[in-house]
Amino acid sequence: MKFINYLESIAGVSIYPLISMMLFMSVFALALWHVLRQSKESISEQKNLPLQ
Amino acid sequence: MNSTVEKFAYDNRIVKNFAIATALWGAVGMLVGVIIALQLVFPALNFDLAQTTYGRLRPLHTNAVIFAFVGNGIFMGVYYSLQRLCKARMWSDRLSNIHFWGWQLIIVAAALTLVFGYTTGKEYAELEWPIDIMITLIWVVFGLNMIMTIVQRRERHLYVAIWFFIATWVTVAMLHIVNSIELPVSMLKSYSWYAGVQDALVQWWYGHNAVAFFLTTPYLGLMYYFIPKAANRPIYSYRLSIIHFWALIFIYIWAGPHHLLYTALPDWAQSLGVVFSIMLIAPSWGGMINGLLTLRGAWDKVREDVVLKFMVVAVTAYGMATFEGPMLSLKSVNAIAHYTDWIVAHVHVGALGWNGFLTFGVLYWLVPKMWRTSLWSKKMASWHFWIGTLGIVLYAVPMYWAGWRQNEMLTQFTEDGRLQYQFLDVVNGMQGFYALRSLGGTLYLIGALMMIVNLYKTAKSGSFLANEDAEAPALAKSYSIHGKEHWHRWIERKPVQMLAFSLVAVGIGGLLEMIPTFLIKDNIPTITSVEPYTPLELEGRDIYIREGCYTCHSQMVRPFRAETERYGEYSKAGEFVYDHPFQWGSKRTGPDLAREGYGNNKKSNAWHYNHMADPTSTSPSSIMPRYPWLLTTDLDTSLTASKIRAMQTMGVPYTSGYDLVAVAEMNKQAQIIYDDLLLQQDQILIGEKGLSPNHEIIALIAYLQRLGTDIEVKPINTAQK
Ligand code: HEM
Ligand code: HEM
Repeated sequence: MKFINYLESIAGVSIYPLISMMLFMSVFALALWHVLRQSKESISEQKNLPLQ
Repeated sequence: MNSTVEKFAYDNRIVKNFAIATALWGAVGMLVGVIIALQLVFPALNFDLAQTTYGRLRPLHTNAVIFAFVGNGIFMGVYYSLQRLCKARMWSDRLSNIHFWGWQLIIVAAALTLVFGYTTGKEYAELEWPIDIMITLIWVVFGLNMIMTIVQRRERHLYVAIWFFIATWVTVAMLHIVNSIELPVSMLKSYSWYAGVQDALVQWWYGHNAVAFFLTTPYLGLMYYFIPKAANRPIYSYRLSIIHFWALIFIYIWAGPHHLLYTALPDWAQSLGVVFSIMLIAPSWGGMINGLLTLRGAWDKVREDVVLKFMVVAVTAYGMATFEGPMLSLKSVNAIAHYTDWIVAHVHVGALGWNGFLTFGVLYWLVPKMWRTSLWSKKMASWHFWIGTLGIVLYAVPMYWAGWRQNEMLTQFTEDGRLQYQFLDVVNGMQGFYALRSLGGTLYLIGALMMIVNLYKTAKSGSFLANEDAEAPALAKSYSIHGKEHWHRWIERKPVQMLAFSLVAVGIGGLLEMIPTFLIKDNIPTITSVEPYTPLELEGRDIYIREGCYTCHSQMVRPFRAETERYGEYSKAGEFVYDHPFQWGSKRTGPDLAREGYGNNKKSNAWHYNHMADPTSTSPSSIMPRYPWLLTTDLDTSLTASKIRAMQTMGVPYTSGYDLVAVAEMNKQAQIIYDDLLLQQDQILIGEKGLSPNHEIIALIAYLQRLGTDIEVKPINTAQK
């Protein structure tokens, strides 16, 4: 006997990983988009904060 | 811009306090590490004393190094860098002090309760409920102080290190609270609210994220501040650091279940964990590369500066651990490594290399700075670096080798299809590795002690600057927006909103992973023959937890031929439904005990009695400690009834009113075991006080004899409740 998929018997369980996946992807995409769009000056200003 | 310049002072005293605590608790935690390492080579070092046995000292080691050494290290780094990055003093000196002393009190309480056997039996979350509450309160104090400092800052931008600190705070709070839900039975005894598979899921969701958000994210924050500081150049790529941040926190939250691969977890949860774990290589290496490339073109500096040397090794070790980690979450690799010393090697590459060396680097940088002098002995620090590096190598290499050997020996069959080796053969084969590891650990500890001397001398030769004057213009209340505004800038300008946002995001992520876990309870096929523990077995189980047997023994037979052959029928989820907390364990220094009372594994009561009195009497060359106190101490039955009631509250189906007869039932069962022992008394190593049905050993024997027997009657009833 193999281990049973206890979760599979939960109705509609597959929606959870789907939602979480989408949540992750969208937040990450947003972050990426934002990071790439920032101006060089602003980035360099932030980058140098520890050295002030 | 408002140009009125404000004068203020950074609070160095709180940083100093945390720095001292870091160094001292670090030495204590590592010393305990060396002791337990030596106990595996020389079992006599268990001293036949409850408070000094391996099972109690190992949790002391893990808790001390994680929460006392690394914990204080985090606070030291946060209090120093946050003030400077915000151009503001900590919001409240009083909260800083409450945080400091509260945390030290927690550590002392933890150390005392652990050695005296008060434990929840869940790894890295062993502390009992009053301490859990203290941790929560102090964590809130820390968070409030941090957030208010950020609110009152004089610098518009939030440097990426601060993001790591905030994420750490939010996530640790969530993990700690969810995993610590327990039902108190007395002031120092509670049961995990969750049972069996569910408890395991919650525990390793916590366990892995504790690694991620206690040993990793705050230290990345420190890396992003202190490497640029020490090298006097900005981080290589700021953009990369932001991507690194987002990718890391989100993936980490989902990567919990891989800790239980191949155990009774559903494939679904396992696969998801694996995918996310593999994806973790990318952001982790992004972080490592970012750290190392910061030093590009400055390698001559690294050769000169011991601070940078420590940091380079730290970041490299981080890269190794985070490359290995995802590999370990592959089913085929995990099948080999889980339960073996391979995991211990992995842990210590991260712990000694990444956490230890980064902490040392920061300390060597901070102390001369705050005491306005230079390091007392560069030579000694350089020696520390080399001796520490050698220590890591001598720790890690033997453990990788040992882990590999363990797997090889345990899965080897003879030509006629029998297991080639007894478990004890494997134990014997480990002695050399364990001895080398002890040596490595000792070298590492010596290095740390040298550092303490060096820093002490440094401090003596300088003068401490308690309040470091600084000035900066106040932050303009209104922020003029030039052109289009980015949503992200908005977040940066509003840290409280940022906190709320990441709380929501991380919370939703965590929740989504947890929802199936909360549903799972009703989906585990009940095995009708599985019954609640008898009161005596329950008390025996509590002794098993108290003595930390789970630090060396698993209770989980995986569905591999080598395991079913050795231990018997593989474990079923339905067998654990009354296990508050679960006791699957994470390391097999000794054999699995899931079927200890069943089939080929079953031993006589007398065997168990002798084995606990002196393991070498039944298993020559065993390295298990002796437990003489179990043979002489009377079982405390004052809580038995409340324990039964607590179990009932959590849904364990004892008949109502059973609590009232529990003690009587217990005595009956004890008498049977006692009578059986009496029959064989000439073969027994009877303790000083003779045999008695009231001794703790009787309860423990009852529990061990119960293990694995539930499947004796087979029919499986998959009907849901
Ligand atoms: C990408 C990063 C990482 C991943 C995916 C990862 C993955 C893993 C895996 C699969 C295990 C084995 C669990 C088992 O089978 O018993 C493990 C154990 C462990 N790792 Fe990592 N690891 C990573 C990085 C780190 C780092 C940087 C540290 C330390 C500072 C660390 C500390 C630990 C600890 C303490 C354990 C032991 C937990 C236990 O008791 O089983 N890991 N990790
Ligand atoms: C002198 C240095 C150290 C020595 C000699 C040492 C030794 C040990 C030993 C013997 C064990 C038990 C392994 C087993 O179960 O077979 C252990 C476990 C552990 N140590 Fe250390 N240790 C040291 C430093 C550290 C540090 C600095 C950290 C963390 C920052 C750490 C974290 C851990 C953890 C998390 C475990 C549990 C691993 C698991 O559950 O798989 N250790 N250590």
